[in-house]
Amino acid sequence: MRKVTFPHMGESYRAFKMLLNDLGNEVILPPRPSRKTLNLGVQYTPEFACFPLKILTGTYLETIEKGANVLVTSGGVGPCRAGLYASLHKKILHDLGHSVEMIVFEPPRLYPINFIRNVYKLNPARLSIKAIIDRIKKGWRLLQALDNVEKTTHVVRPREIKKGATTQKYKQALEWLNKASTTKEIIEAEATALEELHKIPQDHQRLILKVGIVGEIYVLLEPAANLEIEETLGNLGVEVERSMFLTGWTRDNTWKETTEGMTVKDAAQHYLPELIGGHGRDSIGHTVLYAKRNFDGVIQLAPFTCIPEIVARTILPAVSKDYNIPVLTFFLDEQTGKAGMNTRLEAFVDLMKRKKLKNMSQAKLQLTSGAI
Amino acid sequence: MLRIGIPSAMFYYIYYPMWKTFFEELGVQVVTSGKTTRQLLDNGVREALADACVPVKVYFGHAMALANRVDYLFIPRIVCLNKKTVYCPKFLGLPDMIRYGIANMPPIIDVRIDARDRKDSILSAYYKVGKMLGKTPMHITKALLKARMVQFKFDGLLHRGLQPLEAMDTIFNGKKGYTPGNKKQLKFAVVGYPYIIHDQYISIGIANKLQKMGIDVVTSDNLSPLTLRLQRHEPAKQLFWTFSERTLRATRYYARQKDIDGIIHLTAFGCGPDSIVDRFIQLDNYSSSIPFMSLTIDEHSGEAGVNTRLEAFVDMVRRKKGAYS
Repeated sequence: MRKVTFPHMGESYRAFKMLLNDLGNEVILPPRPSRKTLNLGVQYTPEFACFPLKILTGTYLETIEKGANVLVTSGGVGPCRAGLYASLHKKILHDLGHSVEMIVFEPPRLYPINFIRNVYKLNPARLSIKAIIDRIKKGWRLLQALDNVEKTTHVVRPREIKKGATTQKYKQALEWLNKASTTKEIIEAEATALEELHKIPQDHQRLILKVGIVGEIYVLLEPAANLEIEETLGNLGVEVERSMFLTGWTRDNTWKETTEGMTVKDAAQHYLPELIGGHGRDSIGHTVLYAKRNFDGVIQLAPFTCIPEIVARTILPAVSKDYNIPVLTFFLDEQTGKAGMNTRLEAFVDLMKRKKLKNMSQAKLQLTSGAI
Repeated sequence: MLRIGIPSAMFYYIYYPMWKTFFEELGVQVVTSGKTTRQLLDNGVREALADACVPVKVYFGHAMALANRVDYLFIPRIVCLNKKTVYCPKFLGLPDMIRYGIANMPPIIDVRIDARDRKDSILSAYYKVGKMLGKTPMHITKALLKARMVQFKFDGLLHRGLQPLEAMDTIFNGKKGYTPGNKKQLKFAVVGYPYIIHDQYISIGIANKLQKMGIDVVTSDNLSPLTLRLQRHEPAKQLFWTFSERTLRATRYYARQKDIDGIIHLTAFGCGPDSIVDRFIQLDNYSSSIPFMSLTIDEHSGEAGVNTRLEAFVDMVRRKKGAYS
């Protein structure tokens, strides 16, 4: 019997599970990456491989243990390493004696036949094309709902009066979304979740800092990889805006480049006029855009040894200076500890707060002197 | 006279003869930063990001060494030259890293070279550079022809078995007497990126060390593009990066040569592409037929440590040979 699995990336697994189930596959759910996942990954992956590659190896090994034998993942056209993950994983897993099948989705814009063949392979229920499209649309809607709910928590959490209320409600909301099985139910669950989140008692007088988060997609989207940085920041009174969500990224890379993608490219043009793979250029573009929108700071998240992010990190100090916006970078790997990260975050928040208060008092002074 | 600086790192080991000839034919003085030294590396390490690989740090050092001595720095943005693979992301962002990463740099000539794109093809890139310097198309064509001829000669010397620095010495200083392969006891292949292997300082002179131990050394640069292209493609997917693809194919070629007694993969700490290349080499399992060692270096690599590992490896190969004969 074929048992299908896929990489764990934030909450998106709920949508993938639903889609694969709808197409008639038996799904083995990838567990949330844990210490065990990391240890497994580190053991069987090259030392200098990037963090996501290690987590994915660990996740695959864990799911294989549970009986999975078909791995669904994405490919890529480079020059970022992520495009070679699937080839390398296949070799590593076969070398360890696991006979697994890999189904690799390349960008459909460039490889339409690969896409059709893969969908055919993952469709044991033999649904019609129209039915498949319907199921994909439904899965997509669930992804959007998950992203929307998560975005809302980023706004509510720093303002909540009772600590932890948002996180608690968010967990409930995810359960509601999980139970929804038709598009109608998904929309209803999303609406209830958003409503409930907004109902959480909030303090609107609080001084709220706004921070943009840029960097490599996997460590941005997987809270287990970035040590729940968004939750930590939220609890420190920071409203977080993440530059990348799975729905936005997928749209940019499957059908056409959206206008949003274009502005990021334009914003980065002055500093880095070349696509260097991964999300190096996006990191710079988004930083410029956040600065223009008067954010209080930017945090870059990158896996250790990620070359595109290293290039971006080398250029970011110039952006930070030109736009007068503080930028903090975390290179994440299996050695990163949560306590150390929190200390740095607290210091960064302190710095931004002081800067903001200074600016505010200066603005006030100008106002009063203007009045005189 | 206008002075253009070419840092002696990265592409230096592959295209310097061409670049030097091209600029000199256009009547421009070419200044290089010379050999890598402790001082130069230290400067680079201070300015570059800690997480960058050692070749990038070395490049920073070379660029800084040229800063006050030239009017322009020549750091082309080389994306793709063979219409198939691109260069590692650090090459694609190299001019920007230097421009924004170091203070007070002279203006940088950063033409984009991408053979897949007509607008940025190799030829038009050279014309763009010539035009920037205010030369006529006729003049540029002549310089380019001459430059291509020198490069052709350089590549020929490499394929005959000379190493890049020896070949440059032969071409520009007329030095003779470099005779490759004078039939020593053993012959090793050192594979990896030219800017790591041939930089005497960061590779801690690995080729010389082996030669002193009585071993002939060949590198990935000694293989012609045709030989490399004829190698079978093992991974399911082609590697994206030109130098990595080249290393993998060179390893595959040398692993099947009867006269090669050992292969050493020289790699830099934290090198992204190499993490994949090295594992591909290991999983292809050449080691069953030929001794293989992966040697990682960085700015902290000590001479003694490298010596120990080399000696151990050479001993192992000698013993293995003895057992068979």
